[in-house]
Amino acid sequence: MTFISNLISGISLGSVYAIIALGYTMVYGIAKMLNFAHGDVIMVGAYISFCASTYLHLPPIVSIVIAMIVCTILGIVIEGLAYRPLRRASSLAVLITAIGVSYFLQNAALLIWGSTPMTFSSVVGFDSIPLFDGGLIVTSESIVTVIACIIIMICLTLFTQKTRIGKGMRAVSEDKDAAELMGINVNVTISITFAIGSALAAIAGVLLCSAYPILTPTTGSMPGIKAFTAAVFGGIGSIPGAMLGGILLGIIEIFSKSYISTELSDAIVFAVLILVLLIKPTGLLGKKMTEKV
Amino acid sequence: MKKTTKLFSLLLTAAIAATSLAGCGNNGEETTNGTDDSASTSTQAIKIGGIGPLTGGNAIYGQAVKNAAEIAVEEVNALGGIQFELQFQDDESDAEKAINAYNKLKDWGMQISLGTVTTQPCIALSTELNADRYFALTPSASSTDVLGGQPDKDGNVTIPRKDVMFQMCFTDPNQGTASAMYIKEQNLGQKIGIIYNNSDAYSTGIYQKFQTEADALGLEVVSVKTFTDDSANDFTSQLNDIKAAGADLIFLPIYYTPASLILSQADKMMYDVKFFGVDGMDGILTLKNFDTSLAEGVMLLTPFTADAQDELTKNFVAKYQEKFNETPNQFAADAYDCIYAIYEACKAKNITADMSHEDICDALIEQFTSPDFKIDGLTGTGMTWSETGEVSKDPKGMVINNGVYVGM
Repeated sequence: MTFISNLISGISLGSVYAIIALGYTMVYGIAKMLNFAHGDVIMVGAYISFCASTYLHLPPIVSIVIAMIVCTILGIVIEGLAYRPLRRASSLAVLITAIGVSYFLQNAALLIWGSTPMTFSSVVGFDSIPLFDGGLIVTSESIVTVIACIIIMICLTLFTQKTRIGKGMRAVSEDKDAAELMGINVNVTISITFAIGSALAAIAGVLLCSAYPILTPTTGSMPGIKAFTAAVFGGIGSIPGAMLGGILLGIIEIFSKSYISTELSDAIVFAVLILVLLIKPTGLLGKKMTEKV
Repeated sequence: MKKTTKLFSLLLTAAIAATSLAGCGNNGEETTNGTDDSASTSTQAIKIGGIGPLTGGNAIYGQAVKNAAEIAVEEVNALGGIQFELQFQDDESDAEKAINAYNKLKDWGMQISLGTVTTQPCIALSTELNADRYFALTPSASSTDVLGGQPDKDGNVTIPRKDVMFQMCFTDPNQGTASAMYIKEQNLGQKIGIIYNNSDAYSTGIYQKFQTEADALGLEVVSVKTFTDDSANDFTSQLNDIKAAGADLIFLPIYYTPASLILSQADKMMYDVKFFGVDGMDGILTLKNFDTSLAEGVMLLTPFTADAQDELTKNFVAKYQEKFNETPNQFAADAYDCIYAIYEACKAKNITADMSHEDICDALIEQFTSPDFKIDGLTGTGMTWSETGEVSKDPKGMVINNGVYVGM
C-alpha cells in the first residue's frame, strides 16, 4: 500500500512538473531559447492568486483567472523587453538574459512581498478520498493536478495541430525565416507562445502551492529547474514529451526518496537524466534533427 | 521611436507591479537596518549589539528577540542605573550576512554581543567573537558548536571552547535528551517516527541526542526520515513510510516552516498522529495565513509560556502585546532574560560605558561562571551557567490547544 501511496504522490508531483515543463518546452520549441525565468513566473502567479484570495477575498477560481491574466501580461512584457531585442543575438546572450530576468523577478518579489513565508490556502474545495478502508488516501490536490495536467496537454496538442495560430507556431519552430516569407508574423507568434507558457505557469504555481503550501520568493526556482530537467528528459520541444518526462521525474524522485535516500534523491533524478541523454540525446520523445550543412 | 516604446513598456511593467501590489499592504515584514531609535541613546550607555533574521524564513525568531530585547533595555534604562543602547542587525539567518552585520556593529562600537538568533550563523560568528574578545550571550543559538569545547560521540573535542560564548537557551543535545525523557515519562508514544533536516546542524544535533537517549530508555524508534533545505517541499514519501511503520508519534526537531508543511500534508493524507517538536516549532501559530487547527494537539518542549501566571510573565506579556500587538514566544522571553542577565552581571562587576570591550568581556566571563551568579527570569528561576557556557534550567512541556500554548 505504501508503494501505491508513493506512486500517487509521484504522479501528483510529476504532474506539477509536467505543467511547468510544458511552458519550457513550448518556448524552446518555438523561440529556440531556454526561458530560465519560467520558474519565477510560477512564483509570481502563486503570489497573485494568494493576494487575490487572501486580501480581496475572491473565490479560488477567480483568483486563478486573475493570476493567469497577470502572468500572461508579464510573459508578454518579459519577452518584449528582454528577449525580443536579442532575437538575432547569440543563444548564450539570451540565456544570460533569461537568468537575469529570473533574478529580477525573485528580487522584485522580495521587495513587494518580503521574504517571510506565507501559507497558501489550497484552491481545491473537496477533501481527500480514502480508499480500502483508509489504507490508501488519494489527496484532493493530486486528483485536481493530474486532471488539470491531462486537460492542458490535450488542449495544447489540439491548439498546435488544429488552429491557425498553432499551425503558425509549428511553422516558426521549423524555420523562422521561411515562416516569415509565408506571411506569418514571427514576433506575434512568439509573443503568443510566451503568453500561453506564462498562463500555464500561473496554473502550475497555484497547483504547486496548493499541494505544498509554503510561498516564498524562491518557491519557483527548484521546481523550475526540475521541470526544465523533465522537459529535456522527455525531449525538449515535444508536448507529450514534457508530460511524460514530468511524470517520470516525479515518480523517480518520490521513489528514490522513499526507497533509497532523501539526500540522494536529487542526485538520482539528474543521474537518470544523464543516462537518458547518453542513450537518446534528443530525450525520450524528442524528434531527430538532421543538421543541414 | 524605439526609446519611447521602451519607456512605455517600462511604465507598463511598473503599473503591473503596482496593481499586483494593491491589497497587499503591510504584508512584508519591515526591515530595520539602521540604529534603533526606540532604544535609549544616552552617551554613557553600554552598547549591546544583536544579530538575527528580521526577514526571511526565520524572521519570527529575529523579530521576537529584537522586540523583547528592546523592552528589556527600556526597562533597564528606566531603572536609572546602568544604561544600555541596543542595535539590532538583520542576517536573514545566513552566516555570511551575519559576519557583515557583525562588522557593522563593531564599527558602531559594540561592547557586548547577543550573538545571533539562529544556530548556523552563530557557529560562524562565535569564532570571530572569541578571537576579537566580545562577550556574547545568545538567546537562542542552541548548538554546542556555538560554545565549542564539547566532546563528540567518540569523546574528541574538535572545536575548542570559545570562552566568550554563553547561551540562554537549552543546548541542542539537552533538547534531544529532554524530549526523549519527556516522551518516555509521560508515555506519549509507543512507536516513534522522526523527520529531521540533515543539512542543518541544529536539527541533526537534536536528532542524534534524541536517538541515543531513546535507545537508552528503550523507546522504540520505528522510522527515521530526513530532508534537506532543497527538498523541504514534498514530505509525502517520508510520511507514507512513517505511517507504514506504524508510528503513533512523530518527533520533529526542525523549524516551523517545514513543520507547517508536514502538518498540512499529514492532514491531507488523513494521517492522525501526534507531533512532538522542540523550540524551533515555536512560531508556527504566528505563520502568516496558517490554519492553526492543523497544529491542534502539537506538543513541544519550551522553557516559557505566555499564559504563566507569575507577575514577571504577566507584566512582560502585557507590555509586549501592547507594544507589538503579538503574544511573545520563548525566543522573546530568552532575549528578555539575556538583557537582564547582562544587566545583573554588569552591576555586580561595576562595568561602565567607558571600558573597552576586552575588559568587559573578561569581567563578564568571570561573573557568569561564578557559582553565586543566579538569575531569575521568564524562562526559569535560579538559572546558572557553567564553564562550558551552557545554562541550567528546567524545560516545560507545552501542548497547542485552541490555538494557544497550554502547559501539559
